[in-house]
Amino acid sequence: MTWDWSAVGDFMPRFWDGVLVTLQALVLGSLIAFALGLIWAMAQRSPLKVVRWPVVAVTEFIRNTPLLVQLFFLFYVLPEWGVTLSALTTGVVGLGLHYSTYTAEVYRAGIDGVPVGQWEACTALSLPRSRTWGAVILPQAIRRVVPALGNYVIAMLKDSPMIAVIGALEMLGQARQFTASTFQPTEPITVVGIAFILIAYPASLLMRALERRLVR
Amino acid sequence: MTDLTAGLWGLLLEGVWVTVQLTVFSAALGAFVAFVVGVARTHRLWIVRFLSGLYMEIFRGTSALVLMFWIFFVLPMAFGWQLVPMWAAVLALGLSYGAYGSEIVRGALAAVAPAQQEAGIALSFSPWQRLTKILLPQAWPEMIPPANNLLIELLKGTALVSVLGVGDITFGAALVRNALGESAPVYTIILVMYFILAFLLTRVMRAVERKAKAGIGQAPEKGVGVLRKLNIRQQTETSGDFSSAGGA
Repeated sequence: MTWDWSAVGDFMPRFWDGVLVTLQALVLGSLIAFALGLIWAMAQRSPLKVVRWPVVAVTEFIRNTPLLVQLFFLFYVLPEWGVTLSALTTGVVGLGLHYSTYTAEVYRAGIDGVPVGQWEACTALSLPRSRTWGAVILPQAIRRVVPALGNYVIAMLKDSPMIAVIGALEMLGQARQFTASTFQPTEPITVVGIAFILIAYPASLLMRALERRLVR
Repeated sequence: MTDLTAGLWGLLLEGVWVTVQLTVFSAALGAFVAFVVGVARTHRLWIVRFLSGLYMEIFRGTSALVLMFWIFFVLPMAFGWQLVPMWAAVLALGLSYGAYGSEIVRGALAAVAPAQQEAGIALSFSPWQRLTKILLPQAWPEMIPPANNLLIELLKGTALVSVLGVGDITFGAALVRNALGESAPVYTIILVMYFILAFLLTRVMRAVERKAKAGIGQAPEKGVGVLRKLNIRQQTETSGDFSSAGGA
C-alpha cells in the first residue's frame, strides 16, 4: 500500500473542475426530473385512457431499464436522427429523464395523500382545474414529498459518474483522465470515492431533518 | 433489425447469460451482507450497531461505479489483489446493494410487534432463537416487496460492469454497434431485453411473496389488472425511501 500525497495534490485542480461538472449535472438534472416528474404524475391521473396508458407504459419502461444504456442510446442514437448534443447535455437529459420516472412516483404518492375532501371542496366551489391543481392540491402534495425528492437528488448524485462513460468530465471522468496520464489510480479514485461520501452523508442527514419538519 | 445476423444475436444472448449470472451472484452476496448487517444493527452492543451503521453509511454513500473502479484499479495497485473481472464486479455490486438491503432487513425486523420479542424473552428463548424462530419468519414477507425493487436496481446496476470490460448485455451491444455501424436497433433491443428481465424478476418475486405470506397465514393481494401487471415496481408505503437506492 503506497499512498502518494503529491499525486493527491496534482489531482486537486482537476478534481475541483470535476466537482463543478458533477454539481452542474446534478442541478440541471434535478430541475428536469422535478418538472418532468410532475407532468408524468399529473398525466397518470388524466381521465383519458389515451393519455394515461402511454405515460404509464413509457415511465415504467424508462424506470426499469439501466440508466447507462439509456445514456448510450441518447449519445449514439440521437445523432443518427440528426440531433447532436454535447456529452454533458446528453448526461443531464439522461439523468433528468431517468429520475423523472422516480419523482413521478413520489408526486403520485403525495397527490394520493391529499384528503379526498380537498378535491370535493374544489368541486363544491367550482374551481377551474388549473386552480384546483395549482392552489389546492399541489401545494399540499409537494410539501409532503420534498424529503423524498431530496433523496432522489442524492441517488442522482451517486449515479452521476455514469455520464463520465459518455465522456463528460465530472469527478470520476477527471480521475480516469488523471490515471491515464500518470498511472496512479489509487489516489484519484480514492479521493473521488471519499468526496461522494462527504457530499452524500450530510445531504442525507439534511433530508432526514427535513422529513421530521415537513412530514407530520 | 435490418442486418442483425445470427452471430450478432449470439453476442447479445451471451451477454444476457452473463447479466443473469451477475444478477444472481450479486443478489446472493447482497442478501448475505444485508442480513448480517441488518441484524447487526439491532444488536445489543453499541459497538456492533456502530460498526454496522458505519458500513451501511459508507457503502450507501458512495457511488457503485466509483466503488467498482476502486476494486478494479486500486485494489490490485495498492494491495496486490487482482480479482477476475466477473468476481470483482460481483463483489462491488453485492457489497453496495447489500448495504441498501440491510435497511430493508432492519426496517422489517423493527416492524414485528414488540410483544413477539417480549414473549420470546418470557419463554427464555436465546437471542439467536428469538431471531430465527420468532422475528425472521414474521419479518420475511415484509421484506419481499422492497427487495424486489432493490433487485431491479441491481439488475440495472449490472450494466455498469460493461465499462470495465465484463461481457454483459451492454458490452455485447457495444460490439454489435461497432459491427453494424448503427446504434438505434441494437440499443432498442437491449433496452427491451432489460425490461423483460426486470419483468421476469418481478413475477418470480411475486410468487415468493405469495408463498411467504401463506406461510404466516396471510392472504395474497387480489385484483391484478393489466395496468397493475405492467406496474413492475411494487408500491411500498414509504415510496421513495427504500428505492432511493439509485446506483443504477
